Order: sequence, then C-alpha cells, then structure tokens
Amino acid sequence: MVDTMDNAFAKKLKKEDVLITEVYGSEFSKRLFQRKDMLFALVALLLFTGLALFAPFISPYDPNANELRNKNLSPSEDHLLGTDYLGRDLLSRILIGARTSLSIAFGVVLISLITGTALGCAAGYYGGIVDEGISRVIDVFLSFPGVIFALAIMGVLGRGVFNLMLALSIVQWAKYARVMRGQVLSIKKQEFVLSAVTSGADDFYIIRRHIVPNAIAPLIVLATIDIGHVILSIATLSFLGIGLPADVPEWGAMLSAGKEFMRTAPYQTIFPGLAITFVVVIFSILGDGMRDILDPNHEGGEIY
Amino acid sequence: MKYLIKRAGFMAFTVFAVCALTFFLMNVIPGGTAELILKHTLIGLEESATEEQLSQISSRYNLDDPLYLQFYWWVKEAVLRGDIGTSYIYNKPVLYLLTLRLPATVQLAGASMAIATLAGVSLGIYSALQENRISDHILRIVTLFGVSMPGFWIALILIIIFSLKLKLVQVSGYGNLENLILPAAALSLHSVAAVMRVTRTSMLETLGQEYIRFAKAKGLPVWKIISRHALKNAMLPVVTVIGFQMGNLLGGAVVIEKIFAWPGIGSLLVDSISARDLPMVQGCVLAIVTMFLLVNFIVDILYTHLDPRIRYG
Repeated sequence: MVDTMDNAFAKKLKKEDVLITEVYGSEFSKRLFQRKDMLFALVALLLFTGLALFAPFISPYDPNANELRNKNLSPSEDHLLGTDYLGRDLLSRILIGARTSLSIAFGVVLISLITGTALGCAAGYYGGIVDEGISRVIDVFLSFPGVIFALAIMGVLGRGVFNLMLALSIVQWAKYARVMRGQVLSIKKQEFVLSAVTSGADDFYIIRRHIVPNAIAPLIVLATIDIGHVILSIATLSFLGIGLPADVPEWGAMLSAGKEFMRTAPYQTIFPGLAITFVVVIFSILGDGMRDILDPNHEGGEIY
Repeated sequence: MKYLIKRAGFMAFTVFAVCALTFFLMNVIPGGTAELILKHTLIGLEESATEEQLSQISSRYNLDDPLYLQFYWWVKEAVLRGDIGTSYIYNKPVLYLLTLRLPATVQLAGASMAIATLAGVSLGIYSALQENRISDHILRIVTLFGVSMPGFWIALILIIIFSLKLKLVQVSGYGNLENLILPAAALSLHSVAAVMRVTRTSMLETLGQEYIRFAKAKGLPVWKIISRHALKNAMLPVVTVIGFQMGNLLGGAVVIEKIFAWPGIGSLLVDSISARDLPMVQGCVLAIVTMFLLVNFIVDILYTHLDPRIRYG
C-alpha cells in the first residue's frame, strides 16, 4: 500500500511538471535491460527479423514452387507446417511472408512519421493560419475509421505494393502530426528555444536542432506500436483480396486461401494467424515498454 | 449547449469533407468514369466499346465538366433530393441499397459494443481488484493477445471450433440470435481487451484515492465501494475508449461481415470494391463514417454528463 501511495504521489508530481524524468542514451538502455518483458520482445524481434532477412536461405522449400501432387498435406516431417492448395510449403511461405509484412509496415510507419513530423512541426511552430489549416485537416483525418478509408483508396487504385503503402500512409500520418504539434507547442515556449530565436538562428535550424530532438520521443513510441497495427491492416486488406497482388506471399492472403479448406486442413488457417499475432504482440510489448520509459506521464492502459 | 452546436457543426463539416475526399478519389481512377460505366452496362462486350459510346456516356453524366462543378451538382442532388448516386451493378439508388443493409450492421456493431462494454468493464474491475495476483496476470496476458490477434483470424478459429468441430452453430446465416453469436464474439474480442485494459488502469488509480480508503475504513463491503464510489469516477477514460473502439468495430465489421456472409454495409463495401462499383463504395464509406461520428457525438454528451467539471467553452 505504501508503495502504491508513493507511486500515486510521484504520478501527481509528474503531472504537475514538478518531477521531470529525463531518460536518454545510457539511462534508456539501462532501463530497457531491467525489464524482462522488453528484453524478451527485443530478442524475439531480432530473431524474427533475422528469419525474415535470411528467409531465402533457410526456408526448406521454394515458397512459390507449385507441386500439385503434394497439395493440402498435413504437417509432417517433410513439410513441418504442411502445404497449401497448390502444394507450396507453408513454413517457407510464412517465412517469406514475414519479409512482406515487416518491410511494408516499416515503410508505411516511416512515411507517416516523416510526414506527420513535418506537418506537425509546421503547425505547432508557425501557429496562426498555418496551424488552423493543418489542424482542421488532421481533425478530419482522425475523425473517421482509417481502415474504411484505406479500403476505399485501394478500391480505386487497385492492388499493389506501392498502392497499399500509399493508402495506409494516407490514413496514418495524422496521428503523428497531432502528437508532434502538441509537443512543439509546449517546447517552443521553453528557454533554450527562445534563446536560439534571440541569437538569430533561422526557423529550420531551430526546428531541426532544438525542437525535433526534444519532441520525438512520444512519436517513436507511437511508431513502435503502430508497426503492429499496420501489419494487422495489411493482413486485413490482403485477406479481403484488395491488398497485394496474388503472387506476393503474405499472411493475410494465405489465411484467405486457407479458409477454403478449413474443414479438411485447419492448420492452413491456424499457422499464418499465429505468425501475425506473434509479431503484433512483440511490437505491443516493445511500444508499451518504451512508453513507460520515455513518457511516464502517459494516460491510458498498460500491459506487460 | 454552445459546445454541442459547435460539435454538431464540426460533424457536418467532417461529413462534407469526407464526401469531397471520396468524390475526388473516385474520379481520379485511371481510365475514367465513362469507361467504367460502359464496362458495367456492356458486360462481355467491353472490347467493342467505341469512342462514340464513350462520349455519349460522358455527356449524359456530365463527365466532361470540370470536377468541382460535378461535385457541386452531386452535393446539390444529395441535399435537395437525398440522391447520392446510382449503383452501377444494382442499377438502384445508393441510398436505398444502404437502408436495406443498415439494420444488419447496426445489429452486429451494437451487439459487439454491448459485449465489449459489459465484459470489458467487469473484467477490468475484477483484474484491478486482484492486482498482481495470478488471475490478474492471466487476464493481462489474455488482453495482450486479444489486442494483437487479427479479428478475422479469431472469426476463422471460432468457426473451426464451434461450427466445424463441435457443430454447435451454423457457419453463416442471418435472422436469429444464434447467428449473431459468432460474428459478435469475433468482432468484440479486440474491443473487450482494449476496454478492459483502460478500466483496469483507471480503476487502480481511483482505488488509490483517499475517499476510497476512507470508505474501506468505514467498513463498506467491496461491491458497494465499487458501485457507489469508484465506478463513476473511473468511468471517464473508459467512455472515451469505447467511443474510439466504435471506429475499430466498424472497420472490423467489414471483414467479419464478409466471413460470415452477414448482409451488412461492410460486406456490401467489399463486394462493391471488387466490382469497382464506385458510387456504391462512396455511399458505404459515407454511411460508416456518419455512424462513427454519431456514436462519438453521443459519447461526448455522455462525457459532460459523467463529469460535470467538464464544461466546454
């Protein structure tokens, strides 16, 4: 009880900005290694990225080799996770699928992060009419469900890797812009920025050297959690047959193909879904842990 | 009151902005709208489409006018006559087709929302009361997986278990309560987990307050402390999250409806996208966005009701 009281007190102080925890560099890695869950997630992520990167060398079969006489095989010694309706090895396809999901998700998050940072900085730093304009656009983009809009965009553009990244980035950037704007608003009133302004530094220099480095932490947290969400969105769109072209190995598309054989070959439905869940769990743990370390004042739920 | 008007104004603005966004999106497709209409009217004869036919269609639908004029006419029709376009495939007004599909989506989303709220809040309270005991840990791990599993995968797993192996319910169907169980369960799981997470955190914070310790010292039974003192104060963040979850539910409903062949707006949207029936796609997006905005409007009103300290200017 004493412990929780202390925590509550510390929380209160932090909320009132009396107690400011600054965590960067070595302090960050120290805290990271104190948390077993994050360590676990980090190791799992490294392992998974390694598998994805070296998929062509370690996967037992060619992920696109059709062997119709081996179609719909149950898991066995030859095919650890079985084969699909064209006789393709499921394990190989899941490994290659990790590449597709991870690379597209990283791309989308990076594009959204950069766009969001730029527009958020512009809105927060310049204020006035610029802020008004950008904020209204952000409001509109945040006020409806993103998946729906991504669906509509894909419906118009058609399937494809580039189109998918574009559609998902369009619905993602606004979140980053809003957080960045808030950060900039509070940072630009601080003394080090004011002194930079009085010493005649130009706007771009101030934003680049003073504002962004101090404002970026919550965006990195958001980005980490978002990678998981984007992977889910990619899988959803591909599952509906409007994400990626049919020949790209992707987990959602594999699920969609597997569901036709749910009665006779349920493993085709189970394994790709497990892969998705596993990756998203990793990014949830990482994101939450980073939030606890970098941004202790956050509101909302927490998990491990 | 002033705030409500402002809020309603913003809602109208957003609906308008979404109209504009989707309208311009639908009109930038490669190949042009005229060709698309032609393809739908001359199925099987696409190759024989002539320039003449194309220009005929263009003049009939005013496709040669600049986009902003086309949009102006579209808005005018929509406001004056409730005409938001005609489906290429069904050849009927979009609005009419939407009203046919609306009840199914409202049923599914409503049932899932109810499950998410009831199960999420009660599990969250339970988890908070059991803080750091074994059942709390189990629930938190389950939550972690709950927010990470794709909804459509859960739907498929539920089908495998309950329809194919145990043969308890039919895979798909629409009309009675039994058909609603699997889709609503699959759709709500993610939201149950999210609501539970927030309830747990918020409840823990509230339970650490002085007045709760006082109530405890006074000898009130736990359920009374929760229901009389803690719940109402802990509910604020929960209400917010429920509003947000509506977006997830409506987005998730698209794929869940498709899996269970549920005749709602979501499955209509997917079918229209596959068939490139653009007016229908636009109508579905508009309908879903409007539903989402309405729910969040209601959540906002609830919010002021729950916390009288909040008085928006």
